[in-house]
Amino acid sequence: MTKRNTNVGSNKILPSEITPHSTYLNRRELLRVSAAATAAIAFPTQAAVLPTERRAKLDGVIESPLSTDAATNSYDAITNYNNFYEFGTGKADPAENAQDFQTRPWSLSVSGEAEHTGTFNLEDFISPHTLEERIYRLRCVEAWSMVVPWVGIPLADVIKRYNPTSNAKYVGFETLDDPEQMPGQRRRVLKWPYREGLTIAEAMHPLTILAVGLYGELLPNQNGAPLRLVVPWKYGFKSIKSIVGIDFSSRQPNTSWNISAPREYGFYANVNPEVSHPRWSQARERPIGEGFFAPKKDTLMFNGYADQVADLYSGLNLRRNF
Amino acid sequence: MALRQLSIVTIRRGIKPIVFVICLIPLSIAIARIFGLFESYIGGLGANPVESLMDYLGQWGLRFILIALLVSPLQKLMRIAWLGQFRRMLGLFAFTYVLSHFLVYLLLDQGLALQYIIEDVLERPFITLGMISLTLLTAMAVTSTNGMRRRLKANWQRIHYGTYVVAILGVWHYWWQVKSDIAEPAIYALITFLLLGSRVVFKILQKRKRQASAKDQNG
Repeated sequence: MTKRNTNVGSNKILPSEITPHSTYLNRRELLRVSAAATAAIAFPTQAAVLPTERRAKLDGVIESPLSTDAATNSYDAITNYNNFYEFGTGKADPAENAQDFQTRPWSLSVSGEAEHTGTFNLEDFISPHTLEERIYRLRCVEAWSMVVPWVGIPLADVIKRYNPTSNAKYVGFETLDDPEQMPGQRRRVLKWPYREGLTIAEAMHPLTILAVGLYGELLPNQNGAPLRLVVPWKYGFKSIKSIVGIDFSSRQPNTSWNISAPREYGFYANVNPEVSHPRWSQARERPIGEGFFAPKKDTLMFNGYADQVADLYSGLNLRRNF
Repeated sequence: MALRQLSIVTIRRGIKPIVFVICLIPLSIAIARIFGLFESYIGGLGANPVESLMDYLGQWGLRFILIALLVSPLQKLMRIAWLGQFRRMLGLFAFTYVLSHFLVYLLLDQGLALQYIIEDVLERPFITLGMISLTLLTAMAVTSTNGMRRRLKANWQRIHYGTYVVAILGVWHYWWQVKSDIAEPAIYALITFLLLGSRVVFKILQKRKRQASAKDQNG
């Protein structure tokens, strides 16, 4: 008892003083709503350190009340069935072709309408933040879905550090352009480098994260290592992988799939069961990992995140702005 | 050349059963994969087994349509008359694979949800094309017997020209459902073009020959 009191006494700094405000708020919410409170106390906020070895365990990952409690897909399914056209257009191609992909050293440029711009190495970019596990539903535009336990940092916290100006209405992202390492880029299936973008409000939304891990481990190459976006209420292709550039802009950025087929893939690409892809229905989805005879399930508006994100689009015609 | 003069017995008792068994290999692989057999040798169906199975059977359906279309150009080029005897079997295998592809769609992919199936057929052009192809293939399979051939007389040939339509629609069906990488459907399209083109070329050559021989006689 005495010992614990001493401990508390020597630790008089409040979490809010050493943590970004939003992380602090998240933790308050954790304390309130989840049993993960214990975990949050056991691992006080610490600088995120990214290991380099494949499948290395990530330290200091806290849980998040924003996670779904749906059962997650297997590591095997998540890492062997996905799209990452830079490594081939087949679902198994990324797992096969991304094994030798070099993700260190890795640097990112932050440019455009922000106070702090420049080129930063990955470690410095990540280290001010606390890693959080975010278990999210993922809905692919091809009408299949998974539940994925990402580890990442809220994009909003990152953006605040670079202090965008009032002109920054959009955030654009860019993937590495390296056909030597990315065999898929040797064919012009899409306009390389892959580009994606969000409105600043979407980018600042608490659900939006930059992921560096999966299943508590370092993000595998085929899933977008070392750093990828995850926007769970939008079709998967919006969640750009292996990011090397972040640009704040006053104008809506060009995005790869939209350039490739503007009638089929819009800038918003919000999951919407009522707006079909011109060639297939988006009303239902095939949940991966439920076996041969499992029925498809109904797709939910904003992939089930409507309560959190519908406000972002009030007054916007979602049929036209698909 | 000996190959040109094989006996009926050799063809019927020897070659036909061998070709039949070979044609069953892709179907056997599909079934083995469903049950997860020999996975280290033939691979599995992966994380999305329904899609993978549907794709596999559809691809083989298309391949068999093209293989069946290869028979008559090969027959003419190599001057092996008996190759023609394999056309029906190959066509029926094409039908078998396309039907299995459709059944996977109907039962496993859609789970017999009629409302969605009807919507698909009416509103998704690539599925409409698939359904037209299946209908034509069914008509050809049903009329493939010797009896039907006799009874239908000239109409039989008309129905079975449907193979050309099925090849084109089949490739189109495939082309229309890929997202952006059209490499594979483009290869099928090229093969289809060559197979159908070869028929035009043979027709022209035949006509010239006939004209030439007519000239000789007149001259």
